Amino acid sequence: MKKAELMDYDKALELFEPVLGFEVHVELNTKTKMFCGCANEFGQGANTNTCPTCLGLPGGLPQVNAKAIESSIRLGLALGCEIAEYSRFARKNYFYPDTAKNFQTSQYDEPIAFNGQLTIELESGRLVTVDIERAHMEDDAGKLTHVGGATGRIQGADYSLVDYNRGGVPLVEIVTQMIEGGEADSPEIGRTYVAAIREIVKGLGVSNARMEEGNVRCDANVSLRPRGSNILGTRTETKNVNSLRSVERAVRYEIQRQAALLAAGGTITQETRHWHEDTGITSAGRPKSDADDYRYFPEPDLVPVAPSREWVEELRATLPEPPAARRKRLQANWGFANLEFQDVVNSDLLDAVEATIAAGSAAQAARKWWTGEVARLANVAGVAADSLVHPVQVAALIELVVAGTLTDRLARQVLEGVIAGEGTPLEVVELRGLAVVSDDGALIAAIDEALAAQPDVLAKIRDGKVQAAGAVIGAVMKAMRGQADAARVRELVLERAGTAE
Amino acid sequence: MTNLIKLSAADLSGLLADRSVSSVEVTRAHLDHIAAIDTDVHAFLHVARDAALATAARIDARRAAGDVLGPLAGVPIAIKDVLATQDMPSTAGSKILEGWIPPYDATVVRRVRDAGLIPLGKTNMDEFAMGSSTEFSAYGPTHNPWDLDRIPGGSGGGSAAAVSSFEAPLALGSDTGGSIRQPAAVTGSVGVKPTYGGVSRYGSIALASSLDQVGPVTRTVYDAALLHDVIGGHDPLDSTSLTDSWPSMAAAARAGLADGALKGVRVGVIKELAGEGFQPGVKQRFEETLALLAKAGAEIVQVSAPNFEYAIAAYYLILPAEASSNLARFDSVRFGIRVNPAEGPLTSERVMAATRDAGFGPEVKRRIILGTYALSAGYYDAYYGSAQKVRTLIQRDFDAAFAQVDVLVSPSAPTTAFKFGEKMTDPMAMYLNDVTTIPANLAGVPGMSLPMGLAPEDGLPVGLQIMAPAKLDARLYTFGAAVERLLEATWGHTLLSQAPELAPTEMFASEEGVV
Ligand SMILES: [Zn+2]
Repeated sequence: MKKAELMDYDKALELFEPVLGFEVHVELNTKTKMFCGCANEFGQGANTNTCPTCLGLPGGLPQVNAKAIESSIRLGLALGCEIAEYSRFARKNYFYPDTAKNFQTSQYDEPIAFNGQLTIELESGRLVTVDIERAHMEDDAGKLTHVGGATGRIQGADYSLVDYNRGGVPLVEIVTQMIEGGEADSPEIGRTYVAAIREIVKGLGVSNARMEEGNVRCDANVSLRPRGSNILGTRTETKNVNSLRSVERAVRYEIQRQAALLAAGGTITQETRHWHEDTGITSAGRPKSDADDYRYFPEPDLVPVAPSREWVEELRATLPEPPAARRKRLQANWGFANLEFQDVVNSDLLDAVEATIAAGSAAQAARKWWTGEVARLANVAGVAADSLVHPVQVAALIELVVAGTLTDRLARQVLEGVIAGEGTPLEVVELRGLAVVSDDGALIAAIDEALAAQPDVLAKIRDGKVQAAGAVIGAVMKAMRGQADAARVRELVLERAGTAE
Repeated sequence: MTNLIKLSAADLSGLLADRSVSSVEVTRAHLDHIAAIDTDVHAFLHVARDAALATAARIDARRAAGDVLGPLAGVPIAIKDVLATQDMPSTAGSKILEGWIPPYDATVVRRVRDAGLIPLGKTNMDEFAMGSSTEFSAYGPTHNPWDLDRIPGGSGGGSAAAVSSFEAPLALGSDTGGSIRQPAAVTGSVGVKPTYGGVSRYGSIALASSLDQVGPVTRTVYDAALLHDVIGGHDPLDSTSLTDSWPSMAAAARAGLADGALKGVRVGVIKELAGEGFQPGVKQRFEETLALLAKAGAEIVQVSAPNFEYAIAAYYLILPAEASSNLARFDSVRFGIRVNPAEGPLTSERVMAATRDAGFGPEVKRRIILGTYALSAGYYDAYYGSAQKVRTLIQRDFDAAFAQVDVLVSPSAPTTAFKFGEKMTDPMAMYLNDVTTIPANLAGVPGMSLPMGLAPEDGLPVGLQIMAPAKLDARLYTFGAAVERLLEATWGHTLLSQAPELAPTEMFASEEGVV
């Protein structure tokens, strides 16, 4: 549907009540895969991290990764879930080339975690409690690359390549109950909910939590209920919405699209839909019905998972402070204004700033460097800021500025050197010879030379026209290639002028 | 010189240990015999002559160097084609895997190699172990050494025929519903299905995951015990593998050879499997064996297992259900043959369908369809769900029976070896042949088949099945060895010594004379 054909958002809400649901897939950052000993990492060359089990070779058998169970339980607990005393894996049977066994090993009626709750805070201050139906474990599929054709999609491709490095990577799928009463806030609820999940898994350390790398993937279910009706509308499932902003946009788009269709007397097809980041619209995927028959049955190759209550309580004790509480505490401790703090949070730099402060920097300096120069360089490089430089190095840089060894301008050059791998800030200062020249002897020599070259200036200073010193200071700074503290140069100029013959 | 191929693995072990004979000699003797008779028997799908001789030479060298070797080091072994071997094709008897050489060894194969055994080759089987006759092998049937016009049992007919025709002293089999025990019965050999979880399934091409178990196929109970000790024990690569530590099965079998080993043993005869409706000769030999046992001091106790009558029905829901999912991976994407559809577009779905259509045989297709249906929404509870309940009831029947007796016995199969083609067109008749063996798989308990005579009406071998409580495989070996000793003492010979000599098939015109 073209944007112009969408129903006005306010009008849509006047006629319909949006009902939401989210399925968020979290890729766990275990060392090895869910059911075999292969490394859980990509980028080593296609199909290098594979074995008979994750390639689905005849005779391959799964073994459960204990760390993945632990991570799933901790995630379940952080979502306020109950942890099953007896939980089983199940086979979800369907043929697709990215699924090596032609079934996904998932969980069906006996998930590891269920009945949770997560309260999120919208920008208006409104609190919304999202009920979590379940969090279950499963293995990821391989990655298909469609070659040839115009779209990069399977339709029209000449052939497709499959890389099973991702096949068998552990996932936790978090499924919400229906979210009603979101009203006009519905799109923001989507974004804030996914942000909250991301923050929780990051805080737990169970996932790398980078949406842009697919560590956290969201499927958004949207349906509309006509005002005054108690019958649920047909829902669509928009798959793989992979940024927070896109979650918000996709929900909003679906509300407007479905409202326009329904108001025109049309019906909603139950289907999956694809989100297009570039055009900001969704398009029809494959029809989906509740009658899709995956022929689930308990995985006979795996014994049930029965976590002892003692272990669950031990894991509960390892849970970090909930992210919302932590944010409140940090903002108060650091004394940041709301906008300053939001800037840090939205840039995903809370951990980095906290670590920098812990390494001895002042809060404002830490914030300024991370959200300023580091973020700028990261943006240029197209990577996450906290992957660019270690907080300890930023703290060391700030310390050099505070000590007067570096000016801000020099410090920015040093930062580039650190990022380029030239060493610690101190080593870069040495290597590039970037320190402020604090040797008065060298400065005095330069000043005397400048004064001698500009006798009229000397006269003016002696006449009390102190602003004339600017010309000499400029010349000295130029001679020192900027590596001098201008204030100290000024002091020395006045001193030399006063004591000169 | 001793005919090396007629010796048991235990006897070969002794000769090899004191260096009266080399592994190369033993291996060559078996390979030569295979070359001579296997055109007729067709027990092997692949014979690794050069590799076997090279391995044997290595073992001889290690022995000469004074290395400490296990008891079966240097003894040849045949491997059922359901097991992954990284140096030999592993087809599971299916065309869909024709020529496929896995990049890895099954755990049991690795253990066999580590113990110094000499793999001779891969043995024939019904496709994906679905069948009781090897007639469903995509590579042609194996022939029973007792009568080449008859089936050797299945699915492991190749392994059973290999040991009973003296092509190998030992073989590996797999047993999902009787695929080790029924072929042992109809070929006059010994086969053991261990406790579920007692032997690793990693690398065994799965038929039905919750039923499959790898086990030994041999000519004597003691040889089976020696091989069991090599392949058994926990494997972290198989999640269903038991972590228990196991006693030596060989020691358990030796204990059965002591005088009076049968005295006071409570032997349960399962009323439902006591021979009603079985071939008369089978029933007769079973009753004679019970009488012998009683005379030797065993206490014969009649027990009932009322739910066994539902075993076949439950089995033929659970097996196809699991198999339909296990066999989904055969899709031409990563391994095996690939067949493009004759016409129309080449989508992955259509290539998968064409490959599966061409690569799977009729029995495999039948069971995939059955299993897919049984797992379908709306039918799951009625079929798969009910079958699982029956399974629980059968386990309870075993529990109740083992509360009264030490071991349970029955004929291993209702009939002796039938003729080729006799049951091919009637799947139900074929399925009923496993009525005796299936309950042990459903309950996960260990079972053994050993020869208990020849049926008077056809002169073909009849097997005795022994079952023990789960994890008590050792009891099976103690009792089995005692029964074997008792029967052979009564006969005055081993059963297999009565098998007809198979003539070499090679004919040389010059020797025959030219007209
Ligand atoms: Zn793997």
